[in-house]
Amino acid sequence: MTFDGVDAPWWPYLFILLGGAVATDIWRWIGVLAGSRLSQDSLLLVWVRTTATGLVAGVIGQLLLFPSGALAAAPIGVRIAAAAIGWTAFRLARNSIVAGVLVGEAVLLGGWRLLS
Amino acid sequence: MSSDRSAELSARGWFLRGMRVLGSIPGLILMSSFIGFGALCRESGLTLAQSVFITATMWALPGQVILVGAVAAGATLPAVALAVTLSSIRLAPMVAAWVPLMDRERTSRWLLLVLSHFVAVTSWVVALLRMPYMPAAARLPFFAGMGITLTVANTIVTAVSYSLSAQLPLVLAGALFFLTPVYFLISMTAASKLAAERIALLAGMLSGPVFHYYQVPLGLVWSGLVAGALGFAAHLLLRRAA
Repeated sequence: MTFDGVDAPWWPYLFILLGGAVATDIWRWIGVLAGSRLSQDSLLLVWVRTTATGLVAGVIGQLLLFPSGALAAAPIGVRIAAAAIGWTAFRLARNSIVAGVLVGEAVLLGGWRLLS
Repeated sequence: MSSDRSAELSARGWFLRGMRVLGSIPGLILMSSFIGFGALCRESGLTLAQSVFITATMWALPGQVILVGAVAAGATLPAVALAVTLSSIRLAPMVAAWVPLMDRERTSRWLLLVLSHFVAVTSWVVALLRMPYMPAAARLPFFAGMGITLTVANTIVTAVSYSLSAQLPLVLAGALFFLTPVYFLISMTAASKLAAERIALLAGMLSGPVFHYYQVPLGLVWSGLVAGALGFAAHLLLRRAA
């Protein structure tokens, strides 16, 4: 039942559909069913929003501290500093998303180069 | 802003506005992130058609990266599905928070189920930032235009980056991978309306790696629940103080 385990041209696509697409979309469908009962200003919606934010934030933290692939080659201190300084630049530039991302990338590239 | 004019925009006009998100900063950053995904698929031994199929049918970059990693490691279908589905749980509360933004009088449950496929971090953040200020009738065409365009464009980006990436230089690949977390962090701060959401954001960024480090089973889910509960508790306290 591995990706290469069944010798048929359609198998990898069925694998992706079941292991990837359905496994992902099922939570979107559950979200639609749950969200239809939420009103714009309910306390429950506040909890839903903080929990959604917390879950994405966990992914952000993992991608920064335990990245896979090429980013893992950058020193961990540089990754953290780049995110923190980029975020600060975003706030200083009156919530400019572009400024924050550009400064963050610049710190990452500069720091990576200096420390390796 | 010319709110008078925007109130007069037809459904097609709002659909086109949604399409234009592709050329905005969030759209460009998302496409840059998908350059990294095409390269990752190629390194992992997938075919071009399989890589394109993944982006078109899943449309959630963190889950896609997990799928490719698990496939490359030779995992079985149930193991891959479990890893992907655990990473995708966040989509349920995201979609639940997105549904009230849509025009529910005119949007059927069936259509919401179809459109929910296009909810991922970028389209969710843009929806939270912009749709509250749009007339109710604008929201469905705007979201559909944005979601369909982002998905189609990034499916193409996956194909092109797969075909062109002879091997990205290490530093360039690292810089592309860094775009996703730094953009998520900044845009989610921008999209947060409540102090409670910013508290949950900070708490989640700390708890995610801690739960991961101690290899807690379902760590990402627990860390999100803990961070969300902290933010919610802060909301109740702030409300009482106010």
